[in-house]
Amino acid sequence: MAKQSKSLMGVFTNGIVKENPVLRLTLGTCPTLAVTTMAFNGIGMGVAATIVLVCSNLVISLTRKIIPDKVRIPAFITIIAGFVTLVQMLVKAFAPAIDEQLGIYLPLIVVNCIILARAEMFASKNKVLPSVLDGLGMGIGFTAALLLMGSIRELLGNGTIFGLSVTAGAIDPMIVMILPPGGFFVFAMLIVLANKLSGDGKKASLGCRGCPSASRCPGAGACDTPAAKEGDDQ
Amino acid sequence: MSMFLSILIAGILTDNFVLSKFLGICPFLGVSKKLNTAVGMSAAVIFVMVLATVVTWPLYALVLVPNDLAYLQTIVFILVIAALVQLVEITLKRFIPPLYQSLGIYLPLITTNCAVLGVTILNFDKGYDFAQSVVNALGAGLGFLLAMVIFAGVRQRIEASDIPECLKGLPITLIAASIVSLSFFGFQGLAQGLFG
Repeated sequence: MAKQSKSLMGVFTNGIVKENPVLRLTLGTCPTLAVTTMAFNGIGMGVAATIVLVCSNLVISLTRKIIPDKVRIPAFITIIAGFVTLVQMLVKAFAPAIDEQLGIYLPLIVVNCIILARAEMFASKNKVLPSVLDGLGMGIGFTAALLLMGSIRELLGNGTIFGLSVTAGAIDPMIVMILPPGGFFVFAMLIVLANKLSGDGKKASLGCRGCPSASRCPGAGACDTPAAKEGDDQ
Repeated sequence: MSMFLSILIAGILTDNFVLSKFLGICPFLGVSKKLNTAVGMSAAVIFVMVLATVVTWPLYALVLVPNDLAYLQTIVFILVIAALVQLVEITLKRFIPPLYQSLGIYLPLITTNCAVLGVTILNFDKGYDFAQSVVNALGAGLGFLLAMVIFAGVRQRIEASDIPECLKGLPITLIAASIVSLSFFGFQGLAQGLFG
């Protein structure tokens, strides 16, 4: 029992630190770069994605024995899209400010690789409780990374965090940091830092390992990392 | 006519999907290592973007909106795109094998490419009519191609250069993307300047 609860804890924390979806697995790069112009947006996006992730992991884990293997990807996408629509309606009704800030990136949670990747790699192979915990852990990891990146970009680019002035006008803000080039740059620096701090010598790399379509992709070799040969990370 | 040109130029240069909207970053970073794969992927993206727009625009305007089902936009669009990609794959495989050889392998990856879903949703957010939407999709796709081709060139130069150990791999790729993105700021205001 003790061992089991420990492994559940491991499943939960795995997504937050060791396999942080953004900084270690480099999944979901599009929303990461796009919405992190402000710390607040980062949290909005993170929470929305976490809700979808937990719900879809729950349902996919429950239905994993019913869904035939051949149609699993379309089935996953339908389930995820359903929850995204739900979240979209909730955000529109109760937090219109966030809806306005996130704009098109809110419906685009459907194609966020993190969610499909967790469905394919974890929820479709595991029991309900670990799947929910995995979703929650990954979601918190995603939110934390977005918050960190949003704070850095807002601080450097606007001199504020959560809209509160930090530099008090003492330093001229570098506007480029909240523009697209700054997004790429801050992301690069965070990955360098995460690589350094992780200390296991394993570098974050973009490639087939995290790609949810990898199993169906006859051109998997076209993606460029050797990580593809390592196989599943379970 | 100038309206179409301005949409096209906005999609390719000023509002480039990859470099200023951050849509389709995964293939941009993942498949841009070699020029020929970059072009193959982009061609598949252009093809699916235009086709998806041609199908989703009438579906939304003529079926969903009149029946008060507009809230189903996300779920319907992603299913249409997924089905479309499958259909295109089967059709190409059966009837045009040479094209399948060059585009086919990228098709399964496109369902989850946020640029495709993004363009179909943006068409309505911006209030484009059918023809404008198709032009917008074409512009977005061409912009994706341009970014991919430029970036594939940049990456080939990176391969040959001496990079600090800690930046090797993804970080240097992102820094290069940052600089390429910065260079696209040079086009700011071009569309308004030409057609405004």
